[in-house]
Amino acid sequence: MADIALDRSAEVAAPPRATALERFQHHWTALALSFPALFLMVLLLIGPVVTVLIMSFTDYQLGASTVAFIGLQNYRDLFADRVFWTSLGNTLKYVAIVVPASVALGLGIALLIESGGGLRTFYRAVFFIPVMATLIAMAISWEYMLHPQFGLINLLLKAVGLAPHAWLTDPALALPTLAAIGIWQLFGFNMVLFLAGLVSIPRHLYDAAALDGAQSAWSRFWLVTWPMLGPVTMFVVIISAIRSFQVFDTVHVLTKGGPNKASEVLLYTMYSEGFEFFRSGLAAAVAVIFLVFVLTLTVIKARLIEKKVHYA
Amino acid sequence: MTAFLRHAVLLVLAAVTLLPFAWMISTSLKPRSEVFLSEIRWWPEKLHAVENYTAAFAKAPLLQFLLNGAIVTASIFVLQALIALPAAYALAKLRFHGRQTVFALVLFCILIPPQAIAVPLFLLFHHLGILDSYAALILPFIISVFGIFLMRQFFLTVPDDLIDAARMDGISELGIVWRVMLPTAIPAVTAFGIFSVVAHWNDYFWPLIALNSEPLFTPPLGVAAFRNAEAGTDYGPLMAAATIIIAPLVVAFLLAQRRFIEGIAFTGLK
Repeated sequence: MADIALDRSAEVAAPPRATALERFQHHWTALALSFPALFLMVLLLIGPVVTVLIMSFTDYQLGASTVAFIGLQNYRDLFADRVFWTSLGNTLKYVAIVVPASVALGLGIALLIESGGGLRTFYRAVFFIPVMATLIAMAISWEYMLHPQFGLINLLLKAVGLAPHAWLTDPALALPTLAAIGIWQLFGFNMVLFLAGLVSIPRHLYDAAALDGAQSAWSRFWLVTWPMLGPVTMFVVIISAIRSFQVFDTVHVLTKGGPNKASEVLLYTMYSEGFEFFRSGLAAAVAVIFLVFVLTLTVIKARLIEKKVHYA
Repeated sequence: MTAFLRHAVLLVLAAVTLLPFAWMISTSLKPRSEVFLSEIRWWPEKLHAVENYTAAFAKAPLLQFLLNGAIVTASIFVLQALIALPAAYALAKLRFHGRQTVFALVLFCILIPPQAIAVPLFLLFHHLGILDSYAALILPFIISVFGIFLMRQFFLTVPDDLIDAARMDGISELGIVWRVMLPTAIPAVTAFGIFSVVAHWNDYFWPLIALNSEPLFTPPLGVAAFRNAEAGTDYGPLMAAATIIIAPLVVAFLLAQRRFIEGIAFTGLK
């Protein structure tokens, strides 16, 4: 170690010039180290994004012998199709239900867990389990719980004298039911982010608020916690929106977009156009629209991260 | 009083959260006669656990599904690390022309949701003739731009002296990645590994598109196929199968929850 320190000080005193050859080698080593990643990035990410964009302007169908540029025809077809608007509308509705509910539930539970008392680790683990557990397997469990005759939910409703429902086959209920499963799966993730945000609020702010007369937990929340959590909350909202925009698994297993397109969502439309009807061009156009929504949200998220660095 | 109220509210919420798990396990213990009941029964009068779990294993190759899941997730993670770590090292510690461009591409690629490029990837794999294989499940994910970004951020904090010392000992640049950088980055690599394994173990969208043959099914596809074959007839073995499919990750989570939460929640958003 001492040798190295000595060597370094000698280096500082008279920095040895790297020869042109050394610099050349250094340069190529760096390129060689990043080349596999760069190559695969182009092949598996950038290439496909460019392709999906180009493909959305063609009439490409898997197995067809010819392919032609048809300009904006796919988009025109989509915008003239009632199913597409239902699909987009359902996706936005799903996001509009899942985001506020999972954020509010995540925040409320995080506040309760942090407000003192024991069992913190226990509660945190319990609420996080749905985030981890394979959603497809849990969707199947939900399906049985929602069974019109023998499902636990309807049995519970009947036990307290309420009317049972056909949760997944009633057009008015299918999407909200899927959203409820989405909330169940997501709020634990949000809770963990809020818990981290709460821990980073300096204690002395609460002491100062108490000195200023904020005696109740309620006023301390509005005076200190809420403003300090502002950036975290925005962040959680965007992340939840990105995640719920990608809803697919529960739709595919539980409703297939039905009944009568009542739970058709964007990714499901893309999946059935692309992989059931093999209308690749049209599926690509849906993918581009999906991409625009998610990219917008992700760019907002990136902006927020820059801001957060500023706060910290 | 407030402490009591806090526990009361949290315990009720916890019970509701665990309801689907409890009902799933309870059903997996019931004989068919007790599955279709018009009353709530948590514990069966006649325990049918052995029969249901045996039936689950007999009706579908569940062990094969779990093995497929293990092979696919492990291969993805190992290849991601092999490809991402050298690139992350170069981006963090070496100066070369084009470094800014490569890093900008990484940042751009982070924005791409995997579902959006499923159609072209499917067509690419179709033309390469590799659909319906392990390769089809693994290849799209061996490049983790997010992994590169995460490891680069970590490597930036490793002191240059450590690298200079290794160079003076005659270790090659690639050797530095594996023998100097990797050991310092074990916590970050572990967090990323948990994130990667959980994401790909649970992934349903891509395997659904890429696979046809049941022997290759990953756990989510396998349990969905089981349910399509059994739908509405016998919930006991189906719930037993679902329990088996979620067990590995849930047990691992309960054993190392802090690491899992760090891996999934905090790795997932940087």
